Amino acid sequence: MALLEFTPNGIYCPQADVYIDPWKPVKRALITHGHADHARWGSKYYLCTHQAKPVIQYRLGNGPRIESVSYGEARTINGVKISFHPAGHIVGSAQIRVEHQGEVWVVSGDYKTENDGISTPFEPVKCNVFITESTFGLPVFRWQPQREVMQEINDWWRENAAEGKVSIIMAYALGKAQRILRYLDTNIGKVFTHGSVESVNKVLQSQGLILPPAPKASVDNMRNAMEGSLVIAPPQALRSTWVRRFKDYSTGMASGWMAMRNTNRRGYDRGFVLSDHADWDGLNEAVLATGAEKVFVTHGYTSQFAQWLNEQGIWAAEIGTEFHGEQLEEEDGEVEE
Amino acid sequence: MKDFSQLFSRLETSESLEKVAALEKYFAGADERNKLWTIALLSNQRPRRVVTTATLQRWAREYAQLPVWLFEESHRVVGDIAETIALILPSPSEIRDFPLSYWIEIVLNLGEKEEAKQKEAIFNAWSEMSKEDRFLLNKLLTGGLRLGVSQKVLVNALARHTGLDDNLIAHRLMREWSPVEHTFQDLLLDGEGDASRSRPYPFFLASPLEIEPHLLGEIADWQVERLWDGIRAQLIVRQGELFVWSNSEELLTHKFPEFNTLLGTLPDGTVLDGEILAFRDSLPLPLQDLQTRIGRKNVTRKSMQEIPVIFIAFDLLESQGKDIRSRPLVERRELLEKIAPAGSVLHLSERVEAGSWAEVRENRDKAREYASKGLVIRRRSAPYRSGRKRGDWWEYKVAPLTIDAVLLYVQRGEGQEAGSFVEFTFAVWGDEGLVPIAKTEVDLTEPEKNELTAWAKNNTLERFGPVRSLKPEHVFEIAFESIAPSTRHKSGITLRNPRIVRWRREKKAEEADTLERLKAFLVFN
Repeated sequence: MALLEFTPNGIYCPQADVYIDPWKPVKRALITHGHADHARWGSKYYLCTHQAKPVIQYRLGNGPRIESVSYGEARTINGVKISFHPAGHIVGSAQIRVEHQGEVWVVSGDYKTENDGISTPFEPVKCNVFITESTFGLPVFRWQPQREVMQEINDWWRENAAEGKVSIIMAYALGKAQRILRYLDTNIGKVFTHGSVESVNKVLQSQGLILPPAPKASVDNMRNAMEGSLVIAPPQALRSTWVRRFKDYSTGMASGWMAMRNTNRRGYDRGFVLSDHADWDGLNEAVLATGAEKVFVTHGYTSQFAQWLNEQGIWAAEIGTEFHGEQLEEEDGEVEE
Repeated sequence: MKDFSQLFSRLETSESLEKVAALEKYFAGADERNKLWTIALLSNQRPRRVVTTATLQRWAREYAQLPVWLFEESHRVVGDIAETIALILPSPSEIRDFPLSYWIEIVLNLGEKEEAKQKEAIFNAWSEMSKEDRFLLNKLLTGGLRLGVSQKVLVNALARHTGLDDNLIAHRLMREWSPVEHTFQDLLLDGEGDASRSRPYPFFLASPLEIEPHLLGEIADWQVERLWDGIRAQLIVRQGELFVWSNSEELLTHKFPEFNTLLGTLPDGTVLDGEILAFRDSLPLPLQDLQTRIGRKNVTRKSMQEIPVIFIAFDLLESQGKDIRSRPLVERRELLEKIAPAGSVLHLSERVEAGSWAEVRENRDKAREYASKGLVIRRRSAPYRSGRKRGDWWEYKVAPLTIDAVLLYVQRGEGQEAGSFVEFTFAVWGDEGLVPIAKTEVDLTEPEKNELTAWAKNNTLERFGPVRSLKPEHVFEIAFESIAPSTRHKSGITLRNPRIVRWRREKKAEEADTLERLKAFLVFN
């Protein structure tokens, strides 16, 4: 019996009878982070980090029992030692370490190796078997440092402001929206948010995350103070009636997919290459740092990354998942006014 | 090259007006060498290809230490070789920003070096360039740098930048020049001649006649001529120089050296309106031939012999240096007849003699015998107006030809249209089965589209990239303006402006038309 198995419900630990980020309702679920394709509705019991809990609670409501632990704190279930370690993906995101009789497996969840200044930075965890994501598992994906991308975003905003335009930047409501907000040059103008970004901001601010003021872009404040300001909105908002309230605006999209010209500029004016997932170099560094003998590759360019690892002398295989990694549209689809 | 790469991305995305603004802004900040090279690139004067994409790809794999298969996987996802290379190279430790002209010098010098030296120089360049700049350099190296800018946009931007007149800029850009031998000053600022000399008048465009012609009133009030399928143009002779302008405001003088003979025969201060036609053995050639000739970079003796051209004049706008557009057509015609024809390349548009509207209609129906599109009917008392104004000039086009053809291939769209088919290929029966004869847009109703899409998915025989070949089953009526022989097509013919009229559900594939019947239309051409 392997320590972790790949089942139709998700990654399963038979010894402890727990699932990791299950995609069907189960009895007990360990959750790496609060994105909707990982923290799914319907299970009876959830365990996550303290920092991830408020968002998960906000999304799942008061029905299920949600417990939390600190990074590095161990829980033992039927002899299996379980702990959560920083994944650097979003606030509270974790890799999950599972140990039984001296054998260690780590499930990466979603991760990135660059310190984004708001998530607890990624820490490699030694293990025998590493289950890694590979959303951007091709060498064409190599990110610039965050500060350079933020400079591009600020320059773009400044230019639009000078022309009297509103800048609307599209970013995932949980994670990238806060990351951008945190490093905007607020000397340029006022910042507003779409409702779904604002509600996530409130949850994260209540747990101590410091963000510049960014009120919801309501019909009222829009009329008075919008010219030259910047609005952070989820990608779907671009295709909703919401966007029509702005008169003269320029749109930007923040996503790892913007690295390629064929995905860049599909219906927006500017693309910014900004991702909460590891790039090619990040994936390779992370795998090497675990010292794992075996690597399983989930979501993204799985077959390519697995073959590459095999050629580097690391045993690797791909496994299918129902995780989505980073997409140009959020799965959540929470677009509210 | 950061400023140039910013310009490049703005030109890729924006509308004409924004393109002009982006160029103007770029020209304001660029030095003379960079301006000149940018104008050269925008006018399709690219440095020659230095290395093949295959070689560049091999070097990139070596530099990035990646296996062939992984490069190919990456290329499949990215879609462009120059871009794939730019992306897979490790990030530079330090980015140095050299101007466009610096990189072009490097590319020009590389041509003479041996391969090992070329590789070394390219590795050095890659090691200090941003991804965007690498992409542009790779495009320059492989001779594939193209910017989506029309001559008109470039001219507008340069006019704004220099404060000179549009027509003057267009005229000066038409000269033989090279970014290596000339300066910005030589090219645009020191040129001789003033703009008003070459300036055309705004074109008056005919409107399609959608009513029966007899509703236009007395036939005696109208002048009827043939409607040619060529390039509408004004031919200008002023102060001993000749200019040819198309109605899309492109200066085409240099494309038609044969018109220069008219300098001796046409009086100075003459502006003719007419149609340029490819013309041989007293018959017009298909428009496609004319476009092929214009599309070639250089006009050679050979192309002039293969595709001779004429100018069919149908109006006179300026006579003895005077603008006569406000005078009635009948007077302008009288003056026109005095000066045309003049020489073998200038024909007079002949009047179609018709005593009744019924005769006019008969004549229109015979349009194909003259390889014309139909008739143009113009009011004899009308001035020469500008733009498309209804009332005085009418196009009375011949009814399209139609055939029944079998749907053979469908092509999937890209980007937003990735889920649907955007192009159909139709075929008719030849001696050895179906022969493709036309590609059309998918002009069907939504329910028809959905039905056909679902059917096509289940009846695909083979797939070639975005194209599927289908079981020959569905028959469509296809309309087209005219047919011409073609050596480039398997069928031996090409149809002009083919489009779907309707889906003929009642017909079986076997009942579609034959290539033989289609070729029978050729006798008119």
